[in-house]
Amino acid sequence: MSDPTTESVSAGLAASVRRPMSPVGLAMRRFRRNRLAMAGLAMLALVAASCAAGLVWELSALAHDQPEPYSTLMPGIHPQPPSADYPFGTDLLGRDMLARTLIGGCVSLGVGLAAAVVSILIGTWWGVTSGYAGRGVDTVMMRIVDVLYGLPYILVVILLWVLVADRSLQVRMAVLLLAIGGVSWLTMARVVRGQVLALREAEFVQAARALGSGPVRIIAKELLPNLTGTILVCATLTVPLAILQESFLSFLGLGVPPPMASWGTLASDAVAALQPVRVYWWLLAAPCAMLGATLLGLNFVGDGLRDAFDPRSR
Amino acid sequence: MAAYILRRLAYFVPTLLAIYTAAFLLMHAAPGSPFGDEKGLPPEVLAVRQAEFHLDKPLWQQYVLYGWDLVTLRGHTSMRYPGRNVIHDILAPAFPVSLVLGLFALGLSVVVGTAAGVLSAARPRSAADYTAMAGAMIGISQPSFVLATVLLAVFSVALGWLPVGGWGRPSQMVLPALALAALPAAYIARLVRTGMLEVLSADFIRTARAKGLSERQVLLGHALPTAWLPVLGYLGPAAAGIFTGSFVVEKVFAIPGVGQHFVDSALHRDHPMILATVLLYAVLLVVFNLLVDIGYAWLDPRIRYE
Repeated sequence: MSDPTTESVSAGLAASVRRPMSPVGLAMRRFRRNRLAMAGLAMLALVAASCAAGLVWELSALAHDQPEPYSTLMPGIHPQPPSADYPFGTDLLGRDMLARTLIGGCVSLGVGLAAAVVSILIGTWWGVTSGYAGRGVDTVMMRIVDVLYGLPYILVVILLWVLVADRSLQVRMAVLLLAIGGVSWLTMARVVRGQVLALREAEFVQAARALGSGPVRIIAKELLPNLTGTILVCATLTVPLAILQESFLSFLGLGVPPPMASWGTLASDAVAALQPVRVYWWLLAAPCAMLGATLLGLNFVGDGLRDAFDPRSR
Repeated sequence: MAAYILRRLAYFVPTLLAIYTAAFLLMHAAPGSPFGDEKGLPPEVLAVRQAEFHLDKPLWQQYVLYGWDLVTLRGHTSMRYPGRNVIHDILAPAFPVSLVLGLFALGLSVVVGTAAGVLSAARPRSAADYTAMAGAMIGISQPSFVLATVLLAVFSVALGWLPVGGWGRPSQMVLPALALAALPAAYIARLVRTGMLEVLSADFIRTARAKGLSERQVLLGHALPTAWLPVLGYLGPAAAGIFTGSFVVEKVFAIPGVGQHFVDSALHRDHPMILATVLLYAVLLVVFNLLVDIGYAWLDPRIRYE
């Protein structure tokens, strides 16, 4: 028993038993080793930090009763190309593009996050209920998803949009979030249901059922932890789609109301101001660069998460 | 297989009916009447206008009347364009335009996307892989109106190589097709790359290599058909979307396709037009989904439909 090899082996065993890696922990370790995904995460962090700085700028202006930076008209002749005074230039009305891009980023990112939250809340609930209940409930719930898929999504968004007559900023923002969130949960519901169908008859779920667990406990304790990866990946890939949809609505003139900005409204204003004689490239460059960095970052992170949670890559 | 297709065709009816019903209810859930904006309309005129569009009848009668007009392909006059039939005067001339442009764009995206995906999967982490994937990233990192406008500004205005817009000549089709194909091509490239990388480690690929097949035969003959399955699933909805046109691309390049009608009908609450466009989209969607499922069985012998 005093053999040092046996001791070290049992010590090693004890160490590995003491600290078992959870599936999520293992996936996160694989994710951290994915350089592209980490680069995407860094890009996202940079964009989010600068937009947060823009928000602080806006809030401090509000707190000190100063004019709001994104809607203040600067003195002089405009639009001006990027300079020391205006790093991103100024727009046609003479507003600082730096402030507009950063505040617009808060709106665009907010739309994306809201869509992710809606798709996590509604989509997960819908998918788990449908998949776990099975039979008639499953058929009805999935047919509803099929029908909503069958409607052109732009129609759903526009009709939801005109449903509300109130045109104040807060209400329009809320409707924008609802409209985009309302069409973004369908994919989540399908994906989650598929996963629940596979897990429902798994042995550990049967064991829990045999031990007397009710449906709520099985869903909360057995199914949801195993769905984390699927939900996370799907939500990450929902965000870029929602941001693109917001920019499309802005192109239609249904985006956030002026003078508020989003990357979508900024890009569509810049596109409208594009003309062969004078090229105001900086109007397009700033919002599109930020938008591009965000979408790329989210796609890298989403792909990285999918690889990390994929059971076949273990 | 024939029995399967017949069963799927029979299933079209309830699906389309449900989509029609959902669109009808959604359309009527929006407050106000379609003529609410026209101020100062004398009540007699308003009554005639409303009678023309069945708005004086109970909801279920409107539902049946509009549905019957669409099923019999007779159509109804548009609310927005008085005197023009939504099917014969508006959608019928516009749909071929979107179809031709869509076929071109879809073909382009499939060829470019598959080629980029195979190239990058054949040599993962090589310069070719990174170039192809970076190209694919451009497709998903910008809204289509930015992409379309930049293409227009560079190739038509600055370089003068291609016409600015319009429809009729093949040269007018290049830029819109590129703008339309960018997003699907990017998705297909990523799907093919992921699928190929997964399939290339399968046993049957090792067997193919052990038999001494060339790398080209292994990649294109053995790996690609299996790796292509996820693309097929993506193509169904994507094709329905592309063939019904893109509002953005049509607007930027002044193309008389159907995409504009999807947006305009909803914005102006043109009831007959909304229902007609929704059904057009839904029919294309169910047909393409059926084609996708038939394609699965054709590409993958393991899949059988009883």
